[in-house]
Amino acid sequence: MAKIELTRIPFIKNILKSRYPQLAVFIVMLIGYIFAILAGLIGTPVGSHNFSIVFVWIAWWALLILVAVPFFGRGWCAVCPIPLPGEWLQRGAVLSPPDKRPKWLNLRVPKMFRNIWLQNISFLLLALFSSVLLTTPNITGIVLAAMLFAAIGLSTVFERRAFCRYLCPVGGFIGLYSQTAPVELRIKDKQVCVTCEGKPCYNGSSTGYGCPWDIFPGGLTKNTYCGLCMECIRTCPHDNIAVNLRPFSADLAKPSTRMDEAFKAFIMLGSAIIYAGVLLGPWGAFKDAAYNVGSGAWFIYAVVFLAIIFVVLPGLFTLGILNTKNALPLKQRFASLSTALIPLGLMFWVAFSLSFVLTNASYIIAALSDPLGLGWNLFGTANMAWQPMLTSILAPAQTLVLVGGLIWSARTAQKAAGEVKVSPIPVIVYCLLATCLMLWLLL
Amino acid sequence: MKRPELIARFLIVTGILLAVGAPLFLWARTPLIHARMAEDGGWNPDIIQAQVGKPLHLKITSDDVVHGFAVGQMDMQSVDILPGKVTDITLNFDKPGIYTFYCTRWCGLNHWRMRGTIEVSGSPLDPEPVSPPLYVSLDLDLDAPHEAPLIPADQPSAINGQPLTATNSITLSREDYLTHSPYDVFTELKNTSLTEEQRWDVVAYIWQSNTTSVSFANGKELYAQNCAACHGENGAGDGVFADDLAIAGESSMQSMEGAMDMVMQSPVDFTDPHRMLGASPALLQGKILRGGMGTGMPMWGSIFTEEQIWDLIAYIYSFQFEYQN
Repeated sequence: MAKIELTRIPFIKNILKSRYPQLAVFIVMLIGYIFAILAGLIGTPVGSHNFSIVFVWIAWWALLILVAVPFFGRGWCAVCPIPLPGEWLQRGAVLSPPDKRPKWLNLRVPKMFRNIWLQNISFLLLALFSSVLLTTPNITGIVLAAMLFAAIGLSTVFERRAFCRYLCPVGGFIGLYSQTAPVELRIKDKQVCVTCEGKPCYNGSSTGYGCPWDIFPGGLTKNTYCGLCMECIRTCPHDNIAVNLRPFSADLAKPSTRMDEAFKAFIMLGSAIIYAGVLLGPWGAFKDAAYNVGSGAWFIYAVVFLAIIFVVLPGLFTLGILNTKNALPLKQRFASLSTALIPLGLMFWVAFSLSFVLTNASYIIAALSDPLGLGWNLFGTANMAWQPMLTSILAPAQTLVLVGGLIWSARTAQKAAGEVKVSPIPVIVYCLLATCLMLWLLL
Repeated sequence: MKRPELIARFLIVTGILLAVGAPLFLWARTPLIHARMAEDGGWNPDIIQAQVGKPLHLKITSDDVVHGFAVGQMDMQSVDILPGKVTDITLNFDKPGIYTFYCTRWCGLNHWRMRGTIEVSGSPLDPEPVSPPLYVSLDLDLDAPHEAPLIPADQPSAINGQPLTATNSITLSREDYLTHSPYDVFTELKNTSLTEEQRWDVVAYIWQSNTTSVSFANGKELYAQNCAACHGENGAGDGVFADDLAIAGESSMQSMEGAMDMVMQSPVDFTDPHRMLGASPALLQGKILRGGMGTGMPMWGSIFTEEQIWDLIAYIYSFQFEYQN
């Protein structure tokens, strides 16, 4: 499939160039986000009836993992309200650049942090506490508030969106999986960028800001770190930025060589497997251990969790590719071949999310009428009984998704192995075994 | 500053204020009673003001597990309070006083302590004279041992006792029944020609004849709802919370002064004939009214009506006697 340039359509182009539509969505999202924080802090402590739990971990999560990431990549980041207040402080304006900018520190993020290890750590921190986080409104409220204040704080110290780029636990995996999405932002003509004076898309100009994600669009080859904020479309004086429709997983044709990204793939794959076992499996002891944060059992759970992600899964993967010897160092082969785990991990998350989203979706309708659990009945649906949805198609859908993910990963493994000139068989076998494990856990 | 920038800032600030202010305002104006397990605070608030003749509207929600709500000594069905759901209740009081509201679901180890009070002010529409409970009139020492020195070899049978009672023209007034233990009556029957076994059967029949099928059934229901969690469904002191109470030890007891001197007691075994055949209904009334005084047994006097307590006592004796179906 050839690429289709969406920005050729005047309506879409005008929507993306104008700041107002995006600002309108930002404001609505910010209101929802702050309401979710408050609902978590002052609303009913019963998670299944609290807006913060129901709308963040069921509604938003469903939209994110089932729709936004697979089809729009970093589409969520384009409308995420978290950077808005900090960016306003940092820039001294909400819309066009002001004549005079506030004197914040505006530091570069230290080089050692310019990778996604901090995002890996922040995700793992949330993952280890996820059982409590997903069910306790207070904790969700605190975490949401902490993310907002962290973004504001980092905006006053560092340049651009340091929080989004280097710390946001959600942004890390969205970036990883955005490589599979059929939407991309790219330049039209490289030569135009080469000769462009001042590089306003990166450095900013009177018409817009430099890339908040610290990317030079002229060198953009994959979606991972482009937040689709559309600022470069507004600043490019040559109309050289395009938003394209493309085949799925086009970015994966060029495997990554970075260990932080490779381990992100293992973190996400392992987390999906562990969650499927702990949250959806029949083992009460595992559940208890995950829920009783601070207890001895929880510490064992945490150690096992980290061991699976950092030792077992990468260890088995390494053992598998040891035999694929060639001139490249093992580390490089490891990083490149782990690209094959990206579609698999995404599909694992889709299959896992289908279970609890469909099981709990009816809470959304009830919580809509009584978001704080105060006895309101705004839309007459507050007393709607819990009802799992589409239970008959759940297992077939999960199977289809997992098998589809396996095929997708096998194809990606072939391409990645071709790039480093080794056999894809060990990686495919690894993916097959992981898929069988996930099928067993989910079905 | 350019106008669009000004409008954008205004919209953002307004949005933030709206998102913060509206829920806080509405939250502050919605009076809710929160039910939590006793370990997490119980009812909040636990003191409610009301007036005689003026309906009291309550909105109650549970913050954790399923609780039940009922007001002691009122003719009302208990209402389930579901987690995250708000239940509306309207109460009417026709006489002033301090009423106890309590949880009617076994919500946790300290479920029994989950109580609050409704302070009802106003003039009584129909004042009633207050009389002291029977155990007070009799000046019974509730904490002294009242054990039966002699117990039957087999469970006494009311079925066998009925013809013996008729043949020997044995009668016992209601007052005597209330103030005497089964062992007292057994002892008083020693002047008859009955054997020991027959005397116990007669006692069993007398105890059965002092209740009706309706009050017995009511006592059974009250027992199942309020007593069985500790004392066990069959009265053997082995309810679902019995082990937890033993494990919790003194920490599960009231934190009143001198608690360290108290000895943890397991729930009373109603199948123990020494204890039960030596206890008069008046004594049991006192124990139920007052509660365990340092054990896990709560004070039921503020919850059960006098009639309910007699119904409960009649049922408790059934663990000793074989009654007719």
